[in-house]
Amino acid sequence: MTADPQDKIRILDLSFFYGGFQALDGVTLSIQPHEIFGLMGPSKSGKSTLLRVLNRMCDLLAGVRMTGEVWMDGEDILAPDCDVVGLRRRVGLVLSRPTPLPRSIYENLALAPRLAGKKGRDALDEVVETSLRAAQLWGEVKDRLRDSALKLSGGQQQRLCLARTLAMEPEVILLDEPTSGLDPISTAKIEATLLQLKNDYTIVLVSNNTKQIARATDRVAFLLMSHIIEIGDTRQVFTVPADQKTDDYISGRFG
Amino acid sequence: MRLDPHLTQRLVKTLLWTLTGFTLLILILIIADIAVKGLPQVTPAFLSQDSTDMGRAGGIFPTIVATAYITLLAIVLASPLGVGTAIYLTEYTREGWATRIIRFGSECLAGVPSIILGLFGFVLFVLKLGFGWSVLSGGLTLAIMVLPIIIRTSEEAIKAVPQDYRTACYSLGMSQWQTVTRIVLPSALPGITTGIMLSVGRSLGETAVLLFTAGAALRTPVSVFDSGRTMAVHFYILAREGLSMPNAYGTAAVLVISILLINIAAYTLMQRLMKRYS
Repeated sequence: MTADPQDKIRILDLSFFYGGFQALDGVTLSIQPHEIFGLMGPSKSGKSTLLRVLNRMCDLLAGVRMTGEVWMDGEDILAPDCDVVGLRRRVGLVLSRPTPLPRSIYENLALAPRLAGKKGRDALDEVVETSLRAAQLWGEVKDRLRDSALKLSGGQQQRLCLARTLAMEPEVILLDEPTSGLDPISTAKIEATLLQLKNDYTIVLVSNNTKQIARATDRVAFLLMSHIIEIGDTRQVFTVPADQKTDDYISGRFG
Repeated sequence: MRLDPHLTQRLVKTLLWTLTGFTLLILILIIADIAVKGLPQVTPAFLSQDSTDMGRAGGIFPTIVATAYITLLAIVLASPLGVGTAIYLTEYTREGWATRIIRFGSECLAGVPSIILGLFGFVLFVLKLGFGWSVLSGGLTLAIMVLPIIIRTSEEAIKAVPQDYRTACYSLGMSQWQTVTRIVLPSALPGITTGIMLSVGRSLGETAVLLFTAGAALRTPVSVFDSGRTMAVHFYILAREGLSMPNAYGTAAVLVISILLINIAAYTLMQRLMKRYS
């Protein structure tokens, strides 16, 4: 089975186990280029696990096992000979908690591109500025790029992490509840950024916040207890859900 | 009956203060004793001249050189080994029977009395490998002695580096080696430095190991195969043989001051590093 050339990511019958616990059960879905794809569902439904399979961050955990296929641009990323480090450069991940490195703002952005082979001060300066602008942080930090990133506020740190991911010039950006710890203003800034970014990137957004999913995503999958219940256009899922469980979830009757 | 909380608070405070004061007092007494009896001997000549008449006269220049030489050798040998082991244990392997055995072994090594370690060094390095009583034999044996300290402290320091840093690095497409060398080790450096400084202190003060392995020649060692007498050993011989108590105290004063200076230097260096990385 090869991937449909239309799909950016194609997941086929993916199951994932943490020891004896099954976090994903027979997940099949595809993600198109330049869309914001939402994953929603209650906690422990498997959304974060699915996200971590897409850039193989799941490899870092002990005692995990998975079956199924994940194709990205026609490449099997679960294959044993897959270049995981190269994959992660193409598929960036932003976590729910800001994770600035104990370095200057500039260095947080320039470190990974430099290690990936980007040379020259000018090129790095440019990457730093472009990605900070894209994450709507440039104006706030342009005069203190040499200050420690740890001194930024929570919302700024989170936008820094988004900028840091953009600085790698990835193809896909994975976001795991990127605004769960942020105030409404920072949240709005991040959402605005995402809508702009979708022209250049494919974005997968995991969120507990159904309103955010409704606002920011093009298509959405609803996960419940390791299974996909429903996949569809966001507007359609939120107006006429096909499954009663989806309806219950988005109207807040559980989860 | 209930105790008055204010009274209890005052009592406990006084008690704890007394205990702390007592600890401090012991330290001050030792340093004062050495300073009063030793400092008058410490002149430029004492530091720069050769010892004569078995140490009864002259300076302690050869013992300063031997101390620096042997300690440096021990630290240079033990640091990469210890830090490397710590990196392997924390970053490159999962907890299991193998790591437990390595850790248990390292802890047992830490518990071996130094006199026995000295005997081991004597048999292995001095006799079997034919290095003789030398700076090399002494340095190697001291390296074995301080290895567990460096492994332990480095491991703790590396473990204390937030997991988030690693997650961030990996998700940015950094390899494990890049993550370890660029982010984890620099963050753990203050802790690792502390371990190495502890080891320097242990090495400077060690006598038993060196009596067996480095010998007690009162000449300035040049080659690593020369025998050398460190300040601590010099102090021990001068005091034990009753050769010259003033010179023994002079040596002790120099030794204590060196340790103090090294600690201050390391502390300042660490503060600088901490500032840079936070």
